[in-house]
Amino acid sequence: MLRFIVRRLLQLIPILLGLSVLLFAWLRALPGGPAQAALGERATPEAIERYNELFGLDQPIYVQYLKFLGRAVQLDFGNSARTGRPVTTEFLERMPGTIELTVVALVFAIGLGIPLGYLAARKHGSWVDSTSVIASLLGVAIPVFFLAYLLRLGFAVELGWLPGSGRQDVRMDATRITNFYVLDGLLTREWDAAWDAVLHLILPAIALGTIPLAIIVRITRASVLDVVNEDYVRTANAKGLATATVRRRHIIRNALLPVSTTIGLQAGLLLSGAVLTETVFAFGGVGSAIYDALFARDYALLQGFVLMLAIMYVLVNLVVDISYGFLDPRVRVQ
Amino acid sequence: MSGAAAAGRPSGAPVLEVDDLAVRFTRRGEADTSAVDGVSFAVSPGETIGLVGESGCGKSVTSLAVMGLLPRRNVQVSGSVRLDGRELIGADDATLRGLRGADMAMVFQDPLSSLNPTVPIGTQVTEVLLEHRDMTKKEAADEAARLLDRVGIPDPLRRLKEYPHQLSGGMRQRALIAMALSCSPRLLIADEPTTALDVTIQAQILELLRELVVDTGTALVMITHDLGVVAGLCDRVHVMYAGKIIETADRHELFARPRQPYTGGLLASVPRLDSPRGAPLTPIRGSARDTISWAEGCAFAPRCDNAQDDCLTEVAGSTVELVPDGPGRQLRCRHPLEHPPAAAGATASGAAR
Repeated sequence: MLRFIVRRLLQLIPILLGLSVLLFAWLRALPGGPAQAALGERATPEAIERYNELFGLDQPIYVQYLKFLGRAVQLDFGNSARTGRPVTTEFLERMPGTIELTVVALVFAIGLGIPLGYLAARKHGSWVDSTSVIASLLGVAIPVFFLAYLLRLGFAVELGWLPGSGRQDVRMDATRITNFYVLDGLLTREWDAAWDAVLHLILPAIALGTIPLAIIVRITRASVLDVVNEDYVRTANAKGLATATVRRRHIIRNALLPVSTTIGLQAGLLLSGAVLTETVFAFGGVGSAIYDALFARDYALLQGFVLMLAIMYVLVNLVVDISYGFLDPRVRVQ
Repeated sequence: MSGAAAAGRPSGAPVLEVDDLAVRFTRRGEADTSAVDGVSFAVSPGETIGLVGESGCGKSVTSLAVMGLLPRRNVQVSGSVRLDGRELIGADDATLRGLRGADMAMVFQDPLSSLNPTVPIGTQVTEVLLEHRDMTKKEAADEAARLLDRVGIPDPLRRLKEYPHQLSGGMRQRALIAMALSCSPRLLIADEPTTALDVTIQAQILELLRELVVDTGTALVMITHDLGVVAGLCDRVHVMYAGKIIETADRHELFARPRQPYTGGLLASVPRLDSPRGAPLTPIRGSARDTISWAEGCAFAPRCDNAQDDCLTEVAGSTVELVPDGPGRQLRCRHPLEHPPAAAGATASGAAR
């Protein structure tokens, strides 16, 4: 088990090296540059030259890359061109927000998706089934930013039931410990701050969780339909087990194997893919930071954030692979 | 060829009585298909009967209908199935669940797919005990180990913790048999229990089943296409074709004097060690798809060497019925095979090997 984990972590090295090269090259291939973005379109060539000199952007690209690499191995990705603060600090401030959002979105998607998928399969061919199939098709098809705007407009702007922007009411002036706002509120016993942070999570989490929800419904449904026809379910029924036991131990347990793989992949995607949702809800997470940095040609922040997200993605997948072994003894790592 | 079987049929009221069982599959937009029609048989305690026929003849559907395991949707079951006199057709789900695993149990064909891959063997054995017998978890675990030991699985305590993929094919089938036997059922149905196993393991599993019938007095229904299994195990044999029983006889009678040409064909197609090297096998011509409905005539007629015009309903004016054919025998055929009196013995033991 330990060797498996170590091997997977070692695989991170080539992944990150390759990604950093691509990232470095891609960013610099973008039209415009940080100087242009910072100084505006009418900046004189002299001003741009001075800017580039100041930030070392006039050096050959491989020199820039090696310098970057040398610092990056110490988790120093330089300072953000936009805010002037260390990229790592920015990341540590913003990642907790994205993690909170991802967790709530996944809880929403899993908590609703698995029961719905199961129900659709057991009522195969009924209106419950067809409704959930159509709804999940819509869920996958609807663009995230559109759904996010719709939710914000409806529930925040028009009805005013839920907050529609930010991670917490700024007037809260809550104490920060971990930057997980909900957790901080609980730790400092500032219950109203924690509750406010939860309310701020609801709409973005629904927007973000809709696609995973739709996917989980479909996978669960298909998987349950497969499993109920398995010989071992017939065996379980032939043993005269109670319906609840057959369902829990013999149907759901096996039906969740493919679902768990999907959830793992989705978790990785959500962590890095919340750009649109976070932007619509002005949610101060990693996604909206990347969005802003892209427009500012903030090379340092983009490089740092994308690489750190890649590390997280690989770690999440590692956790998923390990937990898969607990669910399915046939693939258990020796 | 065991002595026990030759000792004659055990007495006592039958454990299972099946009367005029019919199963129809109904699908919207398609014509109904009759999978089983007018099947009747009975099994007494300690008796083993064989339901024999090729794939698709309705033998497995019959067994699932007895157990109440057919899907409820798109399936019509009629007739009567009585377990110790208790009617099962139309019984509610809770009643059937109470009987399954406790009073009637089943062993399936493919032991790997019939076991849940993600649940340890131990749990799969104890769950039956916990469901039907008033046991604590500890008692159930002890009983499970005893059961595995009884069906010949070495080192049962270790095996209980293992998963199906860690066991050999023979051991998996033994584990399934252990589950089926855990509540000492009155009736055991074994649906092709040896088909997925190596020949040497097949013999061991059959021997195990035979011992269990002798020891416990369980009534055993063997569902098989394998005449070797029938010869080694069954007291009475029902041969099925296209959803109906076409011949019923005592095992010795059947092997010595098959009357239905289909039965004769099955026996003739068994390869024999004492036939000369290079001698061709004798298959039944055509395939199971070359059939007509029983309403039109004898379903086997298109493949039958004895078939004559009056095998068809149109010509004879009536369908071919199952009629008594000497002591203890029944036959559904207008032109059966004829046998000179007493030319037995050799044929039966030959087919058994």
